[in-house]
Parts: sequence; structure tokens; C-alpha cells
Amino acid sequence: MSAITLERRVGGIGDPAERLDGVEKVTGAFEYASDLCRDGMLFGATLRSPIASARIRRVDIADALASPGVEAVLLAADVPGKNRFGLNFDDQPVLAEGLVRYAGEPVAVVAATSLADARAAVGRIVLDLEELPGVYDMEQALEENAPKVHELGNVLRHVHIDHGDAGAAGAEVWVEGYYETAMQDQAPLGPEAGLAVPGGDGGVDLYVTTQWLHVDREQIAPCLGLPEDKVRLHLAGVGGAFGAREDIHSQIHACLLALRTSKPVKFSYGREESFSGHVHRHPSRIWMRHGARRDGKLVAVSARLLFDGGAYASSSPAVVANAATFAAGPYEVPNVQVEATVVFTNNPPCGAMRGFGAPQVCFAHEAQMDKLARSLDIDPVELRLRNALATGSVLPTGRPLAGSAPVREVIERCAAIPLPEPEPAAGRSLLHYPGGAGGTTRGEGLRRGVGFAVGYKNVAFSEGFDDSSTARVTLRLVRGEVEAEVYTAAVEMGQGLYTLLAQIVRSELGVERVVLRRADTMIASAGSSSASRQSTMAGGAVRLACCRVREELSRRASALAADKSRPGGPAELEDLLYEPVEAEAVHRHRRTERFDEHGQGDVHAYFCFAAERAVVEVDEELGLVRVLQVAAAVDAGRVMNPLGFAGQVEGGTAQGLGLALMEEVRLARGVISNPSFTDYLIPTILDMPPVALQAVEEPEPEGPYGLKGIAESPTVVATAAVVAALRDATGRELNRAPVSPDELVGLLGPARSAGVPAVPEVPGQEAVPSYHTTGSGQQHLM
Amino acid sequence: MSPESFLRPTSFAEALEMRAARPGAIAAAGCTDVLVELNFGRLHAGELIDLTRVPELGALGVEGGTVRVGAGVTYDSLIRTAGRELPALVAAARTVGSPLIRNRGTIGGNLGSASPAGDCHPPLIACGAEVELASATSSRTVPIEDFFCGPKRSVLGPDELVAAAWVPRADGPQAFAKVGTRNAMVIAVCSLAVALHPSSRRVRTGIGSAAPVPLAARAAEAHIAGHLEETRAWETKAPLQPAAVEHFAELVSAAASPIDDVRGRAEYRRHALRVLARRMLTWCWEEYRREPRWAA
Repeated sequence: MSAITLERRVGGIGDPAERLDGVEKVTGAFEYASDLCRDGMLFGATLRSPIASARIRRVDIADALASPGVEAVLLAADVPGKNRFGLNFDDQPVLAEGLVRYAGEPVAVVAATSLADARAAVGRIVLDLEELPGVYDMEQALEENAPKVHELGNVLRHVHIDHGDAGAAGAEVWVEGYYETAMQDQAPLGPEAGLAVPGGDGGVDLYVTTQWLHVDREQIAPCLGLPEDKVRLHLAGVGGAFGAREDIHSQIHACLLALRTSKPVKFSYGREESFSGHVHRHPSRIWMRHGARRDGKLVAVSARLLFDGGAYASSSPAVVANAATFAAGPYEVPNVQVEATVVFTNNPPCGAMRGFGAPQVCFAHEAQMDKLARSLDIDPVELRLRNALATGSVLPTGRPLAGSAPVREVIERCAAIPLPEPEPAAGRSLLHYPGGAGGTTRGEGLRRGVGFAVGYKNVAFSEGFDDSSTARVTLRLVRGEVEAEVYTAAVEMGQGLYTLLAQIVRSELGVERVVLRRADTMIASAGSSSASRQSTMAGGAVRLACCRVREELSRRASALAADKSRPGGPAELEDLLYEPVEAEAVHRHRRTERFDEHGQGDVHAYFCFAAERAVVEVDEELGLVRVLQVAAAVDAGRVMNPLGFAGQVEGGTAQGLGLALMEEVRLARGVISNPSFTDYLIPTILDMPPVALQAVEEPEPEGPYGLKGIAESPTVVATAAVVAALRDATGRELNRAPVSPDELVGLLGPARSAGVPAVPEVPGQEAVPSYHTTGSGQQHLM
Repeated sequence: MSPESFLRPTSFAEALEMRAARPGAIAAAGCTDVLVELNFGRLHAGELIDLTRVPELGALGVEGGTVRVGAGVTYDSLIRTAGRELPALVAAARTVGSPLIRNRGTIGGNLGSASPAGDCHPPLIACGAEVELASATSSRTVPIEDFFCGPKRSVLGPDELVAAAWVPRADGPQAFAKVGTRNAMVIAVCSLAVALHPSSRRVRTGIGSAAPVPLAARAAEAHIAGHLEETRAWETKAPLQPAAVEHFAELVSAAASPIDDVRGRAEYRRHALRVLARRMLTWCWEEYRREPRWAA
């Protein structure tokens, strides 16, 4: 696989540039990771535990080894290096050893000459498990006599924020609420896949779908017992990620089998396996209490957050920290108390998904704001305006908000978007009623509702992480034409990053032809394509590299001008490129801090805010829903590409709408009962309304060109806005997302809590494993 | 799958010979169910008989008062050609999957899979259809309600193929509706077909996805038929009395024996059937009153 380049002429910054990879993807020419192929390659398959909590009595692979086409069957004992990996802590076995902690945990891997042979061999492995008591409920995990998922206990992290006065004098009105959100799947259309090719040097080349090549390598190499330079990662075509490609899936398995068999080994999960092959959005339970003065000014917010982290740590420690810091919403609140816990259970591991802890708390704090507005008889939009954060506002973490914060503007601009015209029931297409293609109403039972939500999300990494991104830009003549090549390890996963980088180069260097070299680990890390960070981080690095290229060009131009022997006339760009100009640069955002013992500190670099208003029509007898319109105003800093901006807002909104109306990974004793797109429903085009879109462009001092990453904040607010609209339409409490038809028609009441769980005792604000281990994992990622 | 195990008959007679010779083979047309079952590992692809090249199966023709819908007729083709003769069946076809699935999936496949959630089944029941089954040596027709024996089980023999559905042409208004938790591409949480038959003075129903097999709500049908006779409503086209409609809806709901599963709860299914029955009887009756072409 030589360096694959993408090439297409695009516009500069601010242009509605079409996607570099758009035509290839639409026509089917684009090579996704699942399309990877090598002569003589083997196919990998994985034996996963069918139950969630068990002791492994025996694994008998004799029949599998004798099975047709099989070249290797590996167990935990075959892992040459450390049998542990993980994003925040190395707590997850490559192959289960002694215990399994979740249903779907890999126990053995097979390589065979065909996928069918590999799967057949997996079926011939005898796995003798002794079921152990498990923890399947996040509140049960906190009980003293609960089974321990890990030796260190079931509390993974507890974050405590104590800001202002816990007594909160001055509040005249209080509202309380209990909220739940379900486990959500990222549902990227391209499942996990990769191809490991053994190298002649004892190392391995891995072509893989991921969000961060370098952090994959950091986890893979120690398990293989190889130095990092013997493990070379190359980006394969990524068919969507949304957080689901942050954790290791088949990377280590493929490399192990390739090194064992000395043949290329490919893994490519099907949809059902994919549900076990990546982490999900944390289910949450949230208790909130808001106090305000009669004029609507918030005085106090106290929140108790409980997140189900599942069986392994993944990025849960960072997710729960985010949730804690955003629990009070994008509002000025002088007194904030938050107790936020993420626990281990024997459910599938949870970790990164678009919004990263913020959608759960937004669902709760926005419902609280609506309750408060009702108690105070203040318009809900007005109430939000009266409390909106602004630059300089003191955050619940005790520090003034440093960057741009056009919260008032996003609220006002969103509220000013015209409501959709009333649609008479008569004469409508049957498809345009709640229930859509099912044809369940011809106008009976329709109720309209409007809901509003505001929220925010940190951009880039927080809590003191040294966040950087490297890029190299080369300007050269190719057959007499000037060409710029961009080389970065940053991952394009469908979000449009490569198009944006090409726009930056065109604007900075004035060249027509921009080529993007395929990302790999032969250049320094670009950091993850996550946390809304890559437009600013990789974009910032490319911009800096372009500046250095320009500096070199002007040095060459001065040298040419000083050369008296040269014939007259100013030098053309072509004259300066007698040899290529190459420059590498690193972009960093300002350094952040860890929490102190009171949860105070400058923990986030900067923020993206968004407001959305949803208009819904509910069939109140059947509980079916049609969303008529989502109006969105998003704090973009600067819109680099209007098409990309609209795509992110619409896509992010669809994912939030999905959690509001239908998306839920269902579990029975830790086993996923709907691991398919037949039963895990995501919105179709008939479920997704037009998005009326406004960009608020207040430059962000931290962002190159003043831009901000906007990929997450629409998801953060969409769930809250849609459910608020459903409450408005039905008058029901609806405190759980997704809302079921049963709740909309009143067959099921709201989710009820048995009481606020006690705050666990922990050694401090850091994740609990960090007090037990000695830094062998990737703790610096937190 | 090797070429030897992928069989492609080009006539129905050849297909039936293959079927007789290979009782373990999977017969498939559009494959919209079979591929899902293969992916889930619930079916194993030993041998597969591809029926898409059997021209006889794709025929749709009217014979007297009945439409013979070949087993290979796709949903898309039904929608394009049979809207006037078979309105409930066409309404059901419109609710199937996406345009791509409707372009591949067939009525024969829907019957062969015999899923309790099969979208075609409730309208076939409400229309009083019959299923034509054929083997290499014989053929038979089975009333639709006798065709299903349990979830994904039917009377189709190991040497038989579904040849066609015989569906009486609509002699009155019909409706089909399907409840799902998203607005398209969804397996029914429950579904209902209602058909008025003024010529036989009957109202017939078909319930889907709310019992082990699709079924008719006989008590509801008898109740409303009695009411219409008593009130001479077939002749007068008088409005239905709300209490009678409500009782019909109760009886439709009571006819179901739904379960709780990942798609919905039994209680909701009963509730939704009650709502659908009330609405759909009203739609059909109002159309009967409005349309001069419908008469007893």
C-alpha cells in the first residue's frame, strides 16, 4: 500500500468547498477499511464471552486448531507483551484471562484462510464458564455488598465540585428533578476493520480504522512486546466514528495473528459484533435542584450525577469530569455543588461519544430551566437570557470564562428563526404525519409542541493534558505545476477535515493544487479526531506550517533579488521552487489545569455553545412523533466551510434527535438484546426535519482564524430540545430519553428514583485507578 | 457459497424439481429476509435456490373477481399496478422497508418467512385470500388463516414452494396501518388491516405482530356486522354510532395476544390496536358513505 493521496481542487477559507472524498464515497470507489485486501491474507475472527460475569474454567481450542483452513488460535497466554490496554488506564485484557467482565469480551482469536473458516473455528472452541454474581445496575454498583467488578472496587471516578456557598442564601424558588438517559450507540455505518501486515524487520504495519493512530500504537506496541518504531500504523478508510473509534477494537488481535502466522491478517466486524466492538454513550441518572430569585436569576444548582461506565475504564474518567463541569448549563450560577460518579458494572464498556458527557447533563439542566420558567411564570427563552454565560463570567470551576462565549447571541438568533407555518391536516401526504410511512393517522390526535435548549461543550482536551497537533506542508513543482502536499497523522473519518485543511493551504499559499498524503505514524502525532478539536488543532498546525513555507519563500525571493547576475523582473513562485520547500509545525492550545480538591481550576481551554428549538407534532393517542423543524444557532467562531458547517449541525442534530426518540442499547443481564439495525433504530430521512441554521461568528482567541470546533454542541442540545417539545405537546413529565410511545400516551409514567445515592468515599478528584497503579497506562490522556 | 450450491432455475417446473430434490435448500427471491437471517446465523447457507429468474412467479393477473399475485411479485410492482384492486395490500407494501427493499422483496417471500410481523399478512387475512402452494407432483390452495402455524412456521411442505396469493378484488373500502417507533423502515410493533365487504355484508380484519400468528378479530367482525344489519347501515350509508365503533375497537384489541419484546410492550400493542381499529373502521366507513361506487 503506497502512500495514497487524495486530490481535488477546492476553494479557500470560507468557501462552500465540496468534499475532497465526496465523489469517491458516493460512487462507491472509496476504499473503506473493510475493503482492504492483500494476496494470501488470512481472516480473523473473535470468540467473545456470551455472558457478562464469569470465571473461565477452561478454554479448549483443539477442535478449532484442527478445523479446516485454520492457521492460528490465540488465547491470553499467547500475548507476548502486556495483556492489558486502555485509553485512560491499561485495565482491559487483550484476551480475557481468568475472568470475563462483560458479555462480548474477547476470549480467543482465530486466523484462517477464509472468513467462513475462521468463524466456523470460533464455533468449535469450547469455552467453559462459571457464571459469577454480576453488577448490572449503576446504583447497585455503589452498594457496599455489591460484587466487585475490579479489585479496586466499583467506583471508577468521583468528581466533586464545590463552588460558592452550599447554603445558597437568597433563592426564593426551588425546583427539583430526576432524569435518566439510555445507552446510545454511535452507529457509524462502517464497522471496525483493519489489516495487519508482518514486516521484514519483525515489526508490523497496521492499516486500520481509528480516530487517533498514535494512541492506538501506544497501546498496541507494549502488548506485542515491540518497541513503538516497529509498529507502523496507516489510516484506512474510516466510515464514521462519533467516538466509537477512539478505543482499540481489533488492532492488537490482528497484529498478534499476523506476527504469529507471518501472513497478513484482516479483521472486519459485522454489525452485530460491532455493537460489542466499541464503547457506547454512558447511560446516566441525574438528580438536580435549582434555586432562583423571583426575577429569574439563578442562585444555586446542586447536581448528583451517576454514569454507568461498564466493565472497563475507557475514557469514562474524562467523560464524568466533563459532565460535572457542564452540569449547571451555560449559565452564571454563583453557588454550584456537583457530585459526579462513574462506576464499573458488568455492562458493556462506555466511553466516548459525540458530546462526551454533556448531552446527559444538558437533558437534565434544560428540563430544570423549563420547570423554573413555569414556576416563575417567565418565558423560557427569557429565563435563559437572564442567566446566560458571557466572556468573563465565573464558571462553576471557579475561573472566569476566558474565550468567546456568545451565549446570548445563540439564544436570541435561534429564537428569532421563524417557526414553521401551520400545516393543515387535510391534503397532507400520509408520509408527513407522525407515524410516517405506517399511515397510522389522517389527522387524528395531533398535538404540536415547541421546545428550546441551550448547551455547551469544551473544544479540545482538558484537565492539563498537553494537547498538540503536528503537520507538515511541502510546496513543490510537479511537471511544472505548483503543488502543495499536506502531511499529518490527523484522521479524516467523514467529518470533512481534509477538505478544511486543503482550504487553509489554498488560502495561505495561494496554490490551486493541494494533495493530502495518507495519514500514518511516520510523522508526529496530530492528536485525536475527537473533542471537536481537529479543525482548530490540525488546522492550526497546517496554518503554522504554511506560514513557515511562506517565510522560506520570501528568504529565497530576497536571495534571488540580491543576485545581480539574474535577469530582471520579479521572481515567480515557480522560480523559487528550484527545490521543494518543506515545513513542519506544531499547534498547541493554552495549557489547562487539573481540578483542585474542591473541583476548582481552569480545566477547559475553550467552549462551543449552541441553542436549538424543536417543533414537534405528536399523535397523542399512539405516541408517535414527527419533528417538523429544528432551528439551530451555533457558536462557530468562524465558518470555514458553510457546507461542512451545515453537515455537522444537521448530523449532530440527527444523533441527538435519535437519543430523544428511539436510540437505546437494551441490556438483559449485561447482554445487548438489540445488536442490529433492525432493532437498534436510528433516524431515517422521514424522522429528520429540515434544520433552519444560523451561524454565530464571534472569533475565538484560541482558534486559528477565530474558528471553533462545532461537531458536538448540536448533539448536546438536540436531545433536550426535542424532549422539551414533546413535554410541551403532551403536558407529560418525560424525564427519560429516549421517550417511548408508552410514555407519550400515558401507559408508562415517568422514571422514578429510589432516592439520591450516597456519595462514595474516594481518595481524591482523580480517577480511582490512578491511586492504585503506577502509571503503566495512558493516564496522561485524561 | 460455491456455484454448485447456488441454484438458478429458469422455470417454475425446474424450481419445483430442485425443491423436491433438495429439501434442505433455502428458497429465496428478493433475499430481504434470508440475508438478514444468514447474517444473524439463524439460517445456514447450505444450498440456495434463487427464484428471481422464474418468469411465471412474477405474473400478476385478474381472473374474475380475484387477483392472482405471483409469489415473485415485488412490493414495488404491487404498488405500481394493484392500487385499485388491492388497496390494503398495496398500503401494506408501501410500509415495507425502504425503496431498495421494496424493489427486491416479494409477497411470496413474505409468506414463506411467515413472520408474525409480515406486513402483507393482515391485508391478505382481511381480504380472505388463499395461498397457492405447489410441489413437483401436485398443487393445493390453503385459506390464508390456515397457512400460518406459529412464529415463522407455516404449512408449506419441505417439497413445496409458494406459487401465488389469490386475493379477491376489493369490493369496498380497505385500509392498512402499521405502528413503528420510527417513521419508516421499521418492523411492525403492531399492524392492522380493515376491509369492508358490502357485497357479503361483512367487515373483515387482520392483525399483525400482536400474536404468534397473524389473525382476524372474529368477535369484532361479528359485532360490527350485527350492528350494521340492525341499523340497516349498509343500505342507508348512515354514520356509524361511536359506541359501536368503540366496542369494535375493544374487541380487536382483545383478539390480540401480544408479548413484551424489544420492539414494544404488550400493553402498548393492545392500546395501539384499539386506536387503529377505531380510526380505520371510521376511515373505511366514511369512504363507503362518500363513494357512490361502493354499494351493498
